[in-house]
Amino acid sequence: MTAPAQLDRPEVEDVTTPDRPWVAIVWNDPVNLMSYVTHVLMELFGYPREKAEAMMLDVHTKGRAAVSSGTRESVEHDVARLHAKGLWATLQQD
Amino acid sequence: MRFERRRTAVTADLDPGEAGLLAALAEDLLSLLGEGADEQAAAGDDPLSALVGLSSGPVAPPEDPALARLLPDAYADDDGAAAEFRRFTEQDLRAGKRASAGTVQESLVPLLGSGGRLSLDRDQVDAWLGTLNDLRLVLGTRLEVTEQTVLDVPGDDPQAQALLVYGWLGWLQESLLHCIEPRGGAR
Repeated sequence: MTAPAQLDRPEVEDVTTPDRPWVAIVWNDPVNLMSYVTHVLMELFGYPREKAEAMMLDVHTKGRAAVSSGTRESVEHDVARLHAKGLWATLQQD
Repeated sequence: MRFERRRTAVTADLDPGEAGLLAALAEDLLSLLGEGADEQAAAGDDPLSALVGLSSGPVAPPEDPALARLLPDAYADDDGAAAEFRRFTEQDLRAGKRASAGTVQESLVPLLGSGGRLSLDRDQVDAWLGTLNDLRLVLGTRLEVTEQTVLDVPGDDPQAQALLVYGWLGWLQESLLHCIEPRGGAR
């Protein structure tokens, strides 16, 4: 007699877990000027130049960078503002 | 033509050709951003939807790649969320870009035919920055530019003229950005 096998019940991660923050991602594109991307990040988010430039360089060299995080609603708002400025942005859960 | 920072304004001296070209580009951008907007406006007239505050905006990205670049998806891997986001935001996004292009167009009216000095206040500078960027996004998408694209091509190249305009718009945008950098305290 064998003991009934223990059924594995993998913990399924809930994709809408509220404690995982959402992030706004800016993607590299061949058109936007590096100086303009820096300007937009400073203007929209109030980042100091050094921080905005570091993010811009991440976009340029790594292809993307997270530029803001928070609730889904606030990050959707950020993405809408980035689109208004012509940056290629999406949001996702971190 | 280049933008220069003065005490209370940002100015640029335009010859008639520059003023005419920029006005024509702004007009093209306005009409591109108006494409498909009529059906949306008609759908927005649905009184029941309006009564209950339902948004009836578009859900699919524009088919024209240049327009799609101006109005991108907000979710890369979730078509449903992207459609929902678009339904609630695309009309405002179009309206904002059209308002900026309209501001650019109006500021050029006194210079058409004769050229002259453009003088921009802070709000107009923002409109110009956004519209120059939108124009470059449209042209860049149409020209399929990459970071390696050479803008200075022989004159008999079929894209020579458009690449020249694209490069010039980038130079203008850079000179405008230079004017509003908060160096030296003044902004």
